[in-house]
Amino acid sequence: MELFRIKRDLPLMKHALVFNAISFITFAAAVFFLITRPLHFSIEFTGGTVIEVAYPQAAEIEKTRLVIEKMGYGEVQVQNFGSSRDVMIRLPVRPGEKQTEVVDKVFGELCKAEAATVTHHNQVTPQGEQVDKQICAKADGAEPIKLSRSEVVGPAVGAELAHDAAAALVVTVIGIMIYLAIRFEWKFAVAGIIANLHDVVIILGFFAFFQWEFSLAVLAAILAVLGYSVNESVVIFDRVREAFRKFRKMNTHEVIDHAITSTMSRTIITHGCTQLMVVSMLLFGGPTLHYFAVALTIGILFGIYSSVFVAAAIAMWLGVKREDLVKAAVTRDDPNDPNSGAVV
Amino acid sequence: MNRYPLWKYAILLVALLIGTLYTLPNLFGEAPAVQVSSAKVTVKVDTALQGRIEAALKDAGVQPDYVQFDGTSIKARFGDTDTQLKAKDAISKVLNPDPAEPVYIVALNLLSRSPQWLTALHANPMYLGLDLRGGVHFLMQVDMKAALTKRAEALTGDVRLQLREKNIRHAGISRDGNTVLIAFRDAEQRKAAENLLKTQIPEVIWASRGEASDLQLIGSLSPQSQVAVQDAALKQNITTLHNRVNELGVAEPVIQQQGLDRVVVQLPGVQDTAKAKDIIGRTATLELRMVDDGAEAIEALKGNGPVPFGTERFIDRGFGPIIVKRQVILTGDSLIDAQPGFDENHNPAVILTVDAKGARIMKEVSRENINKRMAILLFEKGKGEVVTAPKINSELSNRFNISGSMTTQEAADTALLLRAGSLAAPMEIIEERTIGPSLGKENIEKGIASVTWGFAAVAAFMCVYYLLFGVFSSLALGFNLLLLIAALSMMQATLSLPGIAAIALVLGMAIDSNVLINERVREELRGGESPQQAIRLGYERAWATILDSNVTTLIAGVSLLVFGSGPIKGFAVVHCLGILTSMFSSVVFSRGLVNLWYGRQKKLKSVSIGQIWKPDADKPAAGTTEATDVAAKA
Repeated sequence: MELFRIKRDLPLMKHALVFNAISFITFAAAVFFLITRPLHFSIEFTGGTVIEVAYPQAAEIEKTRLVIEKMGYGEVQVQNFGSSRDVMIRLPVRPGEKQTEVVDKVFGELCKAEAATVTHHNQVTPQGEQVDKQICAKADGAEPIKLSRSEVVGPAVGAELAHDAAAALVVTVIGIMIYLAIRFEWKFAVAGIIANLHDVVIILGFFAFFQWEFSLAVLAAILAVLGYSVNESVVIFDRVREAFRKFRKMNTHEVIDHAITSTMSRTIITHGCTQLMVVSMLLFGGPTLHYFAVALTIGILFGIYSSVFVAAAIAMWLGVKREDLVKAAVTRDDPNDPNSGAVV
Repeated sequence: MNRYPLWKYAILLVALLIGTLYTLPNLFGEAPAVQVSSAKVTVKVDTALQGRIEAALKDAGVQPDYVQFDGTSIKARFGDTDTQLKAKDAISKVLNPDPAEPVYIVALNLLSRSPQWLTALHANPMYLGLDLRGGVHFLMQVDMKAALTKRAEALTGDVRLQLREKNIRHAGISRDGNTVLIAFRDAEQRKAAENLLKTQIPEVIWASRGEASDLQLIGSLSPQSQVAVQDAALKQNITTLHNRVNELGVAEPVIQQQGLDRVVVQLPGVQDTAKAKDIIGRTATLELRMVDDGAEAIEALKGNGPVPFGTERFIDRGFGPIIVKRQVILTGDSLIDAQPGFDENHNPAVILTVDAKGARIMKEVSRENINKRMAILLFEKGKGEVVTAPKINSELSNRFNISGSMTTQEAADTALLLRAGSLAAPMEIIEERTIGPSLGKENIEKGIASVTWGFAAVAAFMCVYYLLFGVFSSLALGFNLLLLIAALSMMQATLSLPGIAAIALVLGMAIDSNVLINERVREELRGGESPQQAIRLGYERAWATILDSNVTTLIAGVSLLVFGSGPIKGFAVVHCLGILTSMFSSVVFSRGLVNLWYGRQKKLKSVSIGQIWKPDADKPAAGTTEATDVAAKA
């Protein structure tokens, strides 16, 4: 079986302007949405409180919201999380309020709303692990509401995380650029990084437009996909160099077309495989991994597009020449270089 | 031509063996166990204790799977929860005759069900993170400024003592922020003081200031000693936290330094945040000061005047207001231990032990203040309270007791308060997370399901698309998973949900290398190379690209590792490790398989790598393409 039966090199560079225009429009739209609808940061970045409770039956969101709004925490979000029985409550940081007591207070109120009381409970699980917890129990022992998860983040920690996240992004970008510049040429480094940063901005744009929650996991996904997409450009650049050496008569246009066409099948198969994994995470990973997988999906799809259609085109416009690459390669004598045999 | 030397196969075999060995413990699941660890710094867990536990279990007629000493604790594993509970009771009874004052923590825990020979090889399963097993997580910020202020306060006392010992006259000692100010009336005394203090308190930088009759000596902590003070404060807080957490009886608490001024506390299995917070959040510090019982102070107590200069008004537990001098004699740092006991008249008492420096100061102060009262203050959240204010009856040394009208219970309570109060600097909870055990279990199941189905889908696709080479690639991917889990188990890394996501992602990315190789081999075949040559060239030419692509992925992984914290760090560790193992497995291991299969055949006609489609061969008819396909498969 062979999926890609391409007879001659696709004349992609002829349409470079069109592709770049599409890219630019998407990019501009992403930036527009990022400005008009700021990212919906998770409490890891902003500080605040998240409480997840589980009801034995489908939860009445409105009732829960009412109970919490009465407590006066300001802008409160109450929504379903995962299933109809699970409810996620997000509370902002409030100056003067002792943050660490919020969870107990809210859970206490919700428990009271179910006509039950919070009691301490010490039990041994069937597996034999000791569990010491606070439960909300009615007189007959039924638990009308369970606390499944809570998270409290102070505002200082959040600010620090946001700072570290930016630092991680900058270091990754600089690291990759340096590597590409050493391995190829600065024009490729610039082209590669522009193409892939444009992916990052587009992912962010999606998160801004749909107001999906931007958490630390999403950030990790973006950085992972950034490193991964750059591969794509690397593979194509590798081919460009090889083609410059092999086919002396081709001009830059044709060389790039040839490089992209010959790596097309590999690009799509690899990304397809990674996407299979990500789809599996989307399907089975549950709500915790949902946005992580979503960010990866957007990153992978746009990664294919940008490294195939955008990166090489930018390199071409930056004026990549045969001399840039071939000359540099002669001085290198790496025995592992697949192209060393092709040097004339 | 495609043959590995014997040593390469040997390396692969060893890697496979080690990988399997260290991955195995993760597959056995968990069994109920009882874990015994020390509840006090002074009590050590050793092999003698193991003997006692074994004897206790034998007496109770409980048969453990094994009893094991691992350096800090003794773990005994049991077949079922009933025996586990019985064993716990039996062990507690023997080790802690007085339940109110436990010497050892006897806690229920889970242990891997893996056979003992694996444990003997140090092949243990990965730890599960809190998000997978449930529990509470706290991030605590240590108030370093307070630690420095406190150090400066103590310095002020030290200086006063030193100057008095050498009879150097000064015109007052005070503290301004983190600096100590000493006023002098003449330069001679100042010179003498400077010389003395420079030798006696070298960690402070002394500088002279002022002229004529308004002379000053200013001491500030040197940067190195500031760092030392902060470091010591953090260490002491961690120790104190350990002691407090021990009260909770948690089997495997994690208390670790994070950054310069933070402490992470993780308590698996604990769901009761209120109680946990109550115990670890007792941000109390201890100070010993003299009580002012002068006429002016008594008037002030009656409300007839202001509190005298240099004193403060506090509330004594149960006795009402009391006037205490501002000058601190000792802080909680100097207090080594506080235990309930009995004095020489067999009255309940609290026995205090202080360190050498504390002893010197106590001796001095008590000699001068016999029959006066000394207050022990506990500061919680900036508010002070007098725990007790006993009268000094005689000169005190490093060990002294507080006795008087108290019951044994009160003595025990006071001792606990004093002990728990010895935090070097106040702490505040800045991050808190709780995860219910059922959610944790759900997270594990979801994580494993994603990895399994993703792996199956990728492997199925590879086998269909690349036929036998796809099978090799899938085996290499499986080998990668094996190595990755083995490496994580060897490192005893903590697996969290982001870690499982990273495993899935890294497997999805690792297949890239094999796709590159297989595509390259196909291309070489298309270019007319002989099958053996095509395999060799394919692997060789793909290698540079594989290296390139992995380096860029690794750059992103490493920067996440450096700048990430908590769960993101876990993600980054797995991600980076996975990239490294994937290079080995996808290149070396899959080549090994290919060499084993095809390497010996000298006259190899074709390889099973799926259809090799040639642009020129496509022209005549579809039938020809099929023919090439069949030839390729043969």
